[in-house]
Amino acid sequence: MLEEKCDPPPKGKAGENGPFTIETTDLTKRFDQLTAVDSVSIKVNEGEIFGLLGPNGAGKTTLISMLVTMKKPNSGSAFVNGYDVTKNPGEVRNSIGIVFQDPSLDEELTAYENLELHAAMYGIEAKDRKREITSVIKIVDLEDRLNDVVKTFSGGMRRRLEIARGLLHCPKVLFLDEPTLGLDPQTRSSIWDAIRKMKKEKKVTIVLTTHYLEEADALCDRVAIIDHGKIVALDRSETLKNSLGGDIIVIESTDTARLETAFKTLPYAVGIKSLDGKITLKVSNGERKIPELLEVARKEGVEVKAVSLHKPTLDDVFLHYTGRAIREEGVSGKDSMKFRMRAFRARRN
Amino acid sequence: MHRDLTAVYFTWKRELIRFFRARSRIIGSLGMPFFFLAVLGSGLNGAITLPGSSGNYMQFIFPGILGMVLMSGSISSGIMVIFDRQFGFLKETLVAPVSRPSIIFGKSLGGSTTALIQGMLMLVIATFLGVSINLAVVPAAVLLMVLIAMGFVSLGLVIASLVEDMHGFQLIMNFLVFPMFFLSGALFPLDNAPQIVRMISYIDPLTYGVEALRFLFLGSSSIPIAVSAGVLSVFMVGGTLLAAYLFNKIES
Repeated sequence: MLEEKCDPPPKGKAGENGPFTIETTDLTKRFDQLTAVDSVSIKVNEGEIFGLLGPNGAGKTTLISMLVTMKKPNSGSAFVNGYDVTKNPGEVRNSIGIVFQDPSLDEELTAYENLELHAAMYGIEAKDRKREITSVIKIVDLEDRLNDVVKTFSGGMRRRLEIARGLLHCPKVLFLDEPTLGLDPQTRSSIWDAIRKMKKEKKVTIVLTTHYLEEADALCDRVAIIDHGKIVALDRSETLKNSLGGDIIVIESTDTARLETAFKTLPYAVGIKSLDGKITLKVSNGERKIPELLEVARKEGVEVKAVSLHKPTLDDVFLHYTGRAIREEGVSGKDSMKFRMRAFRARRN
Repeated sequence: MHRDLTAVYFTWKRELIRFFRARSRIIGSLGMPFFFLAVLGSGLNGAITLPGSSGNYMQFIFPGILGMVLMSGSISSGIMVIFDRQFGFLKETLVAPVSRPSIIFGKSLGGSTTALIQGMLMLVIATFLGVSINLAVVPAAVLLMVLIAMGFVSLGLVIASLVEDMHGFQLIMNFLVFPMFFLSGALFPLDNAPQIVRMISYIDPLTYGVEALRFLFLGSSSIPIAVSAGVLSVFMVGGTLLAAYLFNKIES
């Protein structure tokens, strides 16, 4: 019922532009000395949740800003829903919904008034407004707060209201810039639920930026890792993790050298190294290989003292492609200020 | 076109909702003019006789106080855009697929409506304080008040487009609003003022607002009504165009 009421804007026909909902070619944005976005070429499929993962200051927000026509690229091209962001910004804006990194609600208005204003601005007819508002507010579970002034909302509720607002005009693509920044784990998971629910119910393509690896992992169909304005890796999160060569198994035993020789004959084990009486090797489907490895050890007559299995995370992927861990990244003054302001707002309610 | 009209309407409506929801602000904004009129007006009533004017002092400053209410009310609603920027709502407005001029126009209408409401409240307060008002001029006064208010809303919008943060806000209120009020001839007749004060007051748009209001309520003014009305119209149109132009340039 929800879907049939939703009437997304028609897709533009942009010549060479293929079936992709978003396609950028060598998109670049410079600020003075800094190249914030450096020749980024991405293709986003219809209906997927596409994640842009990177540390603070990596260029995620700048990239999004260009896609939503708020900043103009210096070079390269970008098509959203088949419309050129520089040539047809109006059509692009009609095709998209945005949830900004910073709050953008009118706190003095009620949730309903905020949504009604948005609906009117985005051309939803007066007779349809109430129904559309009721439909989106249910997705984010705020029905009972619809007529409360936003000032009284907690940080998480505001975020959810913004997500509802982003969905209101049935966009083709919804951009979420750091949707869970500064929120507590419980609130975060409620926002994840809302995002999954709208993908299912509204069949909308979602592009989200995050610097939370778990978030990218849990939500996104595909993840692009962005660092210093460049896309360093782009694929399904599983594939990215597997590309590192599979799971890491560490075996501690009485005779490392003998075991190492034996393991080297196994076709599926790669990257075998021994160090301090421990053997490290990479295999795929590690949990299924452990019994086989133990069997080899038993046949060789080597006693195994301990085995550990480590599944690669996006953390490892990030480390692999950028040479550092995402969490090590220093937070700039501005970011920490933003963070504190948001934490303050969340706490105040 | 239809959508732009809707945008004008909803921008106007938002200004009104916010206005009525902040009742303390309404009372606060009328506090100072009330005291000016009540204390200065009644206090100096007996002490001052204005040359060439038959009415008393309170009657004389009433159009000036009304002008002050209109100016401060409408400038601050224009400047509200700074707060929209600070609290992020401006972004939501800027990315909406409606024309920017329609947003400016909606704000201008909204700001002048709320300023007009404050002006009307001031009229009521003034009658209670003993100012006699000819009811026949009220319709014309409403039109004039809207004209004045729209001019000053756009001035507020221009300032908000140029000033990035809230720190500038207080500065502007102190160095623009108050000088404009005092130089407008709201409290003294311009005819008798020193040359230098008179020269400065002629570049103050509020002067023409006060003079036009004075013409309506008192029947006479230093500046001919045609000149005041002309200058106010130019101020309104020019200000709105400039506001629309500057607002268009805001990137994000």
